Amino acid sequence: MTIFGIPTQALFGQLLIGLINGAFYAMLSLGLAVIFGLLNIINFTHGAQYMLGAFCAWFLLQYAGVGYWWSLLLAPLVVGVVGILIERTMLARLYKLDHLYGLLLTFGLALILQGIFTNYFGSSGQPYQLPQEFSGAFNLGFMFLPKYRAWVIVASLVVCLGTWYVIERTKLGSYLRAATENPALVQAFGINVPRMITATYGFGVGLAALAGVMAAPIYQVNPQMGANIIIVVFAVVVIGGMGSILGSIITGFGLGLIEGLTKVFYPEASNTVIFIIMAIVLLIKPAGLFGRAR
Amino acid sequence: MTSATVTESTARGSSMDRGTAIALVVMVLAFAVAPLAFYPVFLMNVLCMALFACAFNLLIGFGGLLSFGHAMFLGMAGYVCAHAAKVWGFPPAAAIALGTATAAGLGIVAGLLAIRRQGIYFAMITLALAQMVYFFCLQAPFTHGEDGIQSVPRGKLFGFLDLNNVWVLYYVVLAIFVAAFLLIYRTVHSPFGQVLKAIRENEARAISLGYDADRYKLLAFVLSATLAGLAGATKAIVFQLASLTDVHWSMSGEVVLMTLLGGMGTIFGPVIGALIIVGLQNYLAPLGQWVTVITGVIFVVCVLAFRRGIVGELTEWWKRRHPRERPASS
Repeated sequence: MTIFGIPTQALFGQLLIGLINGAFYAMLSLGLAVIFGLLNIINFTHGAQYMLGAFCAWFLLQYAGVGYWWSLLLAPLVVGVVGILIERTMLARLYKLDHLYGLLLTFGLALILQGIFTNYFGSSGQPYQLPQEFSGAFNLGFMFLPKYRAWVIVASLVVCLGTWYVIERTKLGSYLRAATENPALVQAFGINVPRMITATYGFGVGLAALAGVMAAPIYQVNPQMGANIIIVVFAVVVIGGMGSILGSIITGFGLGLIEGLTKVFYPEASNTVIFIIMAIVLLIKPAGLFGRAR
Repeated sequence: MTSATVTESTARGSSMDRGTAIALVVMVLAFAVAPLAFYPVFLMNVLCMALFACAFNLLIGFGGLLSFGHAMFLGMAGYVCAHAAKVWGFPPAAAIALGTATAAGLGIVAGLLAIRRQGIYFAMITLALAQMVYFFCLQAPFTHGEDGIQSVPRGKLFGFLDLNNVWVLYYVVLAIFVAAFLLIYRTVHSPFGQVLKAIRENEARAISLGYDADRYKLLAFVLSATLAGLAGATKAIVFQLASLTDVHWSMSGEVVLMTLLGGMGTIFGPVIGALIIVGLQNYLAPLGQWVTVITGVIFVVCVLAFRRGIVGELTEWWKRRHPRERPASS
């Protein structure tokens, strides 16, 4: 069976890969958007923290024999705490300055983390053993869907929609949104805004680490894995605009799919298609698809 | 900034103040005799990177625009220059000119897209565009992928200056650097440069005074891209090589670091920054990946403790010690 001269097997296979990539784009751009909303900082370390999450899971398995499920909980906690330390000791000093300094600082931190890990692990990847329960695949009739990939898609959707729910529908989320609009006023109402900022950064970073753990069995655990993905995620963020949580989820998954389709129909452009879309979006709607002009 | 101060500083800008003139002469003399003590190829690398950083500084220091994708101009100009010299047999001057022109063209396209957003978005957009150029260079056949364009002929400049002689080459590179440096100095102190500073300080006000902010920003972007391209094309001739290193995002980060370390918005800062960073990379090369870590640490320290950069901090210290002699503009 073929569609447009492409065997369906290949088409659906690439779409699946696209969807998986989209799941990671969505989780990472979500974290970036949440952090940006409150801290006004673009967290360049996000890619390195994603890598840190994957390495954390690898360490836990390799040296402590802690399996995938516990890593899913522990790695985001560990990386989140590291993130909170970074926020308290460094980022907190920059809030009154031009936002660009936050970008420069987090870029420096990303270099440090990547450099250290490249030093000890080289640029080749460490394989992460797939958990037993995920070996095998579902037969969907038109294609085979490996169980782990199905899990990644479902889990990331749950995480993304859960985050959306907390931010848009709960009281805590309403504080967060209010503090994004006007931190001084929210503080005047007796809410501890600095602590909220710290917690938000920890949460966003934890989200990146969670994505890293989920990525570990699919991609190899590699010191450069974050650097490669973060620039694409930046483009995703520019396309979606950082104004809306749901927007960054949709943009993430959508662009992953488009990337997958491009791999089928015009492989040469698959690396660049997201950047080309970014250029087109900038020409038509500079604030981004879901963004508000500011 | 009001229009009155713009015209006032324009009148003053036509002549260089004494301190700057002395510093400029000292810098040129130092570079002129430096090959006696240091390896000329190392110094030419410093000069190319210093020119690159000065071009970058024109944008961030005087226009307030942080580009995180300047490597695309450096690398692309290098590739085109190398290809023209090697495959098409262009003489060096024409190859460098073609490389520089390519960077200018790329600057127009990238600039038109990037200036549609400001601040952090501007940085992310330039980074993404540069990554696109990187993938283009990785895949396009003429760049030879991972190998790069190797053994580019240096040739004879204007038909009689043999660039294969390292001394001739060195002074040609120095001349290119000084000419570009003076051009940047002149630009910063021209009415154009003053308007650019006004836009940086308060864009809305500059627009209300009748300046077309987008046009000024685009012009600054293209000028910066062109000079970055000149640095890249010259570098390709010096090293006889154009490779992916020069289009990679880490190169974009490096030029940010050089400028930050030397002092953003200072005339000489980027040169000092380039000297230190290239020196560091050169002498610490055996440490391998630790150089990346050190680079990162310098970034963090600069941002946390040292935001004016070396030249900026020195100027500030001098001003505090000599409050009366304080020059009207930095």
